[in-house]
Amino acid sequence: MADFLSYQFIVNALLASLFGAVTAGIMGTYVVTRRMVFITGGVTHASFGGLGLGYFLGINPIVGAAGIAVIAGLSVEYFNQKRKIREDSLIAMAWSLGMALGIIFIFITPGYAPNLMSYLFGSILTVSTGDLIAMNMLMIIVSLFFILFFRAIQYITFDEEFARTAGIPVNLFKYLLMVLVALTAVIYIRVAGIILVLSMLTIPQNTAMLLAKKLKNIIFWSVFFSFAGSIAGLLLSYYRDIPSGASIIFSLMVIYFLIAVFKPILRKRIKS
Amino acid sequence: MNKLLELKNISYGYDQQPVVEGVNLTIHDQDFIGMIGPNGGGKSTIIKIILGLLEPWNGSVVKKENLNIGYLPQYHKFDSKFPITVEEVLVSGLMKTRGSAIRITRKEKEMAREVLKQVGLPGYIHRAIGELSGGQMQRVFIGRAIISQPRLLILDEPDTYVDNRFEHELYELLDEINRSTAVLLVSHDVGQIISAVKTIACVNRHLHYHPSNKISNEILASYNCPIELISHGHVPHRVLKTHDD
Repeated sequence: MADFLSYQFIVNALLASLFGAVTAGIMGTYVVTRRMVFITGGVTHASFGGLGLGYFLGINPIVGAAGIAVIAGLSVEYFNQKRKIREDSLIAMAWSLGMALGIIFIFITPGYAPNLMSYLFGSILTVSTGDLIAMNMLMIIVSLFFILFFRAIQYITFDEEFARTAGIPVNLFKYLLMVLVALTAVIYIRVAGIILVLSMLTIPQNTAMLLAKKLKNIIFWSVFFSFAGSIAGLLLSYYRDIPSGASIIFSLMVIYFLIAVFKPILRKRIKS
Repeated sequence: MNKLLELKNISYGYDQQPVVEGVNLTIHDQDFIGMIGPNGGGKSTIIKIILGLLEPWNGSVVKKENLNIGYLPQYHKFDSKFPITVEEVLVSGLMKTRGSAIRITRKEKEMAREVLKQVGLPGYIHRAIGELSGGQMQRVFIGRAIISQPRLLILDEPDTYVDNRFEHELYELLDEINRSTAVLLVSHDVGQIISAVKTIACVNRHLHYHPSNKISNEILASYNCPIELISHGHVPHRVLKTHDD
């Protein structure tokens, strides 16, 4: 264990796991309870177009990805509200267009061709100090937003129309939350990769929902399971030499099955 | 009688197709209005305009200043799997009058317990909403609608998915609430509504107001109300044929 912690990249990976667990634990609970898992998948994949654009323009690809993810997320939320287009078709179109644009941009960018695999599957062992600062900032913003507006967010997610009659600025909240979902997904691309981001926003939450029935408790347990899964995955990745994104997700699923099997025993001991 | 709210010559529609036209309605203190009419006739649209959820094409909504309206939406409008407790649902009804502190306050908890007794569900305060039966959920939503002691209570099809026993209790409860609150009750099931309400508004694109709860063939015919009465044994009723508007 001591030699495990003696590497700076391992320490960075642990910090990334912690910051990511808090952010994804909170935002994933919103994504799962508002049933927008598919939207989030679409936004994450659309952001690949932004990555490619970033390379093409010579700016930080993650910044390009964040920009496109936010635009895609807000567009889906907007068209969804107007109900002019079928939502699932719209998501699928954004999803595939983003991927296509990403590949086009990367191929027309002269010179160095980046390693696509690291964006598709992620690599928590290569997070930089810059990544960590961005993750930390997002964690603080998301945490504060949910502490301050927890009740409003809960009411909107549960019963949107009633929330409107209660005078909550529902649309403003939905758009702000969409921005936070998009940013969370993009920041997690470095850790889990585009293809695997969705797991961070759904598996710990569903594990948590096996044990807890209050929204607040679901968030706490999601953060816990997300962190536990990341640590277990990192150890597995380190000792067995497996890509970290895959080993983390595998660990998250193992935890899910264990909790599901032992749920009858646990439920009695844990105050839900 | 104190005027709470007035709709003046309201029109609204979807995609250029008018759903309601030239609607006038005044609601006073102590009123108990039954709003009836066929599905798609515009009942819910009028309610949404009263609540400010829709902006009318024409006409105006004049509300008494700071009018507190309690609202029971149609049954299917929420996600029953959503993780929220009875207590949390109830206190959400206080949001517009008390604002919302970061945490639920002791006073709010007290009010939630009180209103839960009133709707006949004491002891359910910490249950998750998804664990309740249809009738129990409906009671909680009525509790949410009345917890802030509104001056006007609007219920959209409150008897959907509710068993007969609760239906009876519901009308008793509404009768009690009506002593201090004006009630606007929307239903397509005319039979149940008539014995409870004081006056009737027929809605089918236009609104016809009947200042009593005794509707007869003649009244309906003269007002051109295309209503089919669906009634049950214990309510005095007549079955009427549909009129063309």
